[in-house]
Amino acid sequence: MTMKTIYFDYNATTPIGPEVLKEMLPYLKKHYGNPSSSHIIGKAAKEGVEKARQRVANLLGCEISEIIFTSGGSEANNIALKGVAEILKAKGNHIITSQIEHPAIINPCKYLERKGFNVTYLPVDQYGMVDPDDVKKTITPKTILITIMHANNEVGTIQPIADIGKIARKHGILFHSDAAQTIGKIETKVEKLKVDLLSIAGHKFYAPKGVGVLYIRKGTKLEPLIHGAGHESGRRAGTENVASIVGLGKAAKIAGKDLNKYRGQVFELREKLYHGIIDKVERLKLNGHPIKRLPNTLNLSFAGVDSEGMLAKMKNIALSTGSACHAGHKEPSKVLLAMGVEPNLALGAVRFSLGKYNTQREIDQIISILSGLINKIRRKKL
Amino acid sequence: MRQVYMDYAATTPPLPEVVEAMLPYLDEKRVFGNPSSLHSFGQEARAAVEEARAKVAALINADPREIVFTSGGTESDNFALHGVLYANKDKKDHIITTKIEHSAILAPCRFLEKQGFKVTYLNVDKDGLVDPEEVKAAITDKTALVSIMHANNEIGTIEPIAEIAKLLNGKGVYFHTDAVQTVGQINVDVKELGVDLLSASAHKFYGPKGAGFLYIKKGTRMKAFMLGGEQEQRRRGSTENVPGIMGMGKACEIAKIDLPNRIKHLTDLRDKLSQGLLKIIPDIHLNGHPTKRLPKNVDVSVQFIEGESMLLNLDLEGIAVSTGSACSSSTLEPSHVLLAIGKPPEEAHGSIRFTLGRLNTEADVDYVLDIFPKIVEKLRAMSPLVRRK
Repeated sequence: MTMKTIYFDYNATTPIGPEVLKEMLPYLKKHYGNPSSSHIIGKAAKEGVEKARQRVANLLGCEISEIIFTSGGSEANNIALKGVAEILKAKGNHIITSQIEHPAIINPCKYLERKGFNVTYLPVDQYGMVDPDDVKKTITPKTILITIMHANNEVGTIQPIADIGKIARKHGILFHSDAAQTIGKIETKVEKLKVDLLSIAGHKFYAPKGVGVLYIRKGTKLEPLIHGAGHESGRRAGTENVASIVGLGKAAKIAGKDLNKYRGQVFELREKLYHGIIDKVERLKLNGHPIKRLPNTLNLSFAGVDSEGMLAKMKNIALSTGSACHAGHKEPSKVLLAMGVEPNLALGAVRFSLGKYNTQREIDQIISILSGLINKIRRKKL
Repeated sequence: MRQVYMDYAATTPPLPEVVEAMLPYLDEKRVFGNPSSLHSFGQEARAAVEEARAKVAALINADPREIVFTSGGTESDNFALHGVLYANKDKKDHIITTKIEHSAILAPCRFLEKQGFKVTYLNVDKDGLVDPEEVKAAITDKTALVSIMHANNEIGTIEPIAEIAKLLNGKGVYFHTDAVQTVGQINVDVKELGVDLLSASAHKFYGPKGAGFLYIKKGTRMKAFMLGGEQEQRRRGSTENVPGIMGMGKACEIAKIDLPNRIKHLTDLRDKLSQGLLKIIPDIHLNGHPTKRLPKNVDVSVQFIEGESMLLNLDLEGIAVSTGSACSSSTLEPSHVLLAIGKPPEEAHGSIRFTLGRLNTEADVDYVLDIFPKIVEKLRAMSPLVRRK
């Protein structure tokens, strides 16, 4: 019997929604102008970009002038970190982040360390949670930026962003959050989160790859990362990726409109998945916060199982052991280690990340396949 | 009304085959995986990206491992400058470039100057040509990088890249060229050009916007610019723009086959247009080199009137062109390129750029030759500068 491949890796990337593609196509065909051109063909492209900007602003609850388009979440993070560091280097050289950030935060931080900045990588608790008190205690007169992800990509733990934001504002320190994993999954209103900067990646919420957003709160000054002509109000040079920006705008609109529906739907499936697995498999550990967690994310460690080897055996099911960006090594996840998960158990971790196209039937299938496989692997070892 | 797009240097419509090649990667039922994922969805996307890389490499005679995908020409230029300068800064701190580069080179150079690097901006002659001997003379033992564009976006002059590369040979200096206006449009062979780094942008040669690449010759000491995951052999951390890359791959594949036709088609139209304009309109000058110029480019200075007014009037007649480069069209500064070739500011203000492309026909050129002289006449009748003459 052949089985259709099942996709449970929505935190790595999502398919582009059909409505999103439909809005993009005219901008790949008819409205091909350069938005910077003053003629009618350029203006049509510009209108598409500006409509998308409005939609993103609506989703985040901010003004259109606070939105710049980038080539993705990584670029947005790079702009935020390097851009703030460059502008405020005379004021201070200290940055606060956490040990469980995405490489697109960790690597710019390491780069800044080589340039003479000091970076504090805050620990997290057993659930992957940053303690706002730790942030407060770590602030020095030299602190210029705090960057804490909105939710973790591997375990889904949602950070107390608003609490940290309050502290940052009280101390007059800029606060950035990498929201690549939260758009469309939980609420992401910038005023509630009290962030000055927020990064978004299109392909994590049914928009195309190669496009993202950086929210820059009014009055926040940044040195651009990519220098050139005056695109994006002089904050990001490069001809706009019009079709993808239009797609991201549409996806943002849908994400806002369908948030509650989506949240309920994936949460229900995820809970069924979790309970289905714990019914059939013993000796497992839930990684991440039991409640304050993305509704679509389930990270489980199976004792005595090498998860990477196991996933290789499940050809028809797309799952991940860690984040897609560093898939390929057999190293325990840094995020899990930071949470205090034993290395052996960390090597047995599987991340299920659900999305809008998953069905009850797929949940039933994966429970049956996975539990059979794990029990078989364990029997062989005994 | 007739619609004539003659702004192909600003951007080009993606080829239907390019859009077709992108569709499977934009379709939720086809290939949407993250190329870094190990499962079949990811591996399918990975294989596609590598196929596209081979097509890009083939167009410029490079090895696929020497191609790094970026978000476009501007990122490629920034990456090239930062990457080389920061990787070699223990010994060297000097860049040589020209006064007529695109702002995607000039702006990062100015930023790097603020970071303590030194930049020499070479002059060009009245046709926009860089003198290779001047490049050579500007080299010091601190020079890390020479960056000179392959062809200028405004006036279309093609620079003597291969000649400059020969003079740089053995000097321990890296050589970058911004080939955004030439890849897919004239022959671009990295080995013939002798460059170490080359920037390109897909949307300038019938690929999609938001996709570009940087050629980095094997062995070049480079630092990453976009820091994140381990994509692109750790040289650009970010999830790959799979559909954009697929579109660019297709655009490269077609360009390789179609290049001789493109050059012939555009050269014929260009010469007809420029000869027609120079014949019909008095007090008009062709900017850029008379022969060493892009097949698509006709850039003229029309005396006594403003480029912006010409553009507006042409737009009303369905003709889309540009004054200067599209990226700076919203500013009213005279073009830095025209000033660098010695045009007085008032003449620089009166410049207009026609850039031709694959969908243009002889009838389009005839239409422009009919409409444009009338616009010039009308504007000149209103211009106080004419009377002064």
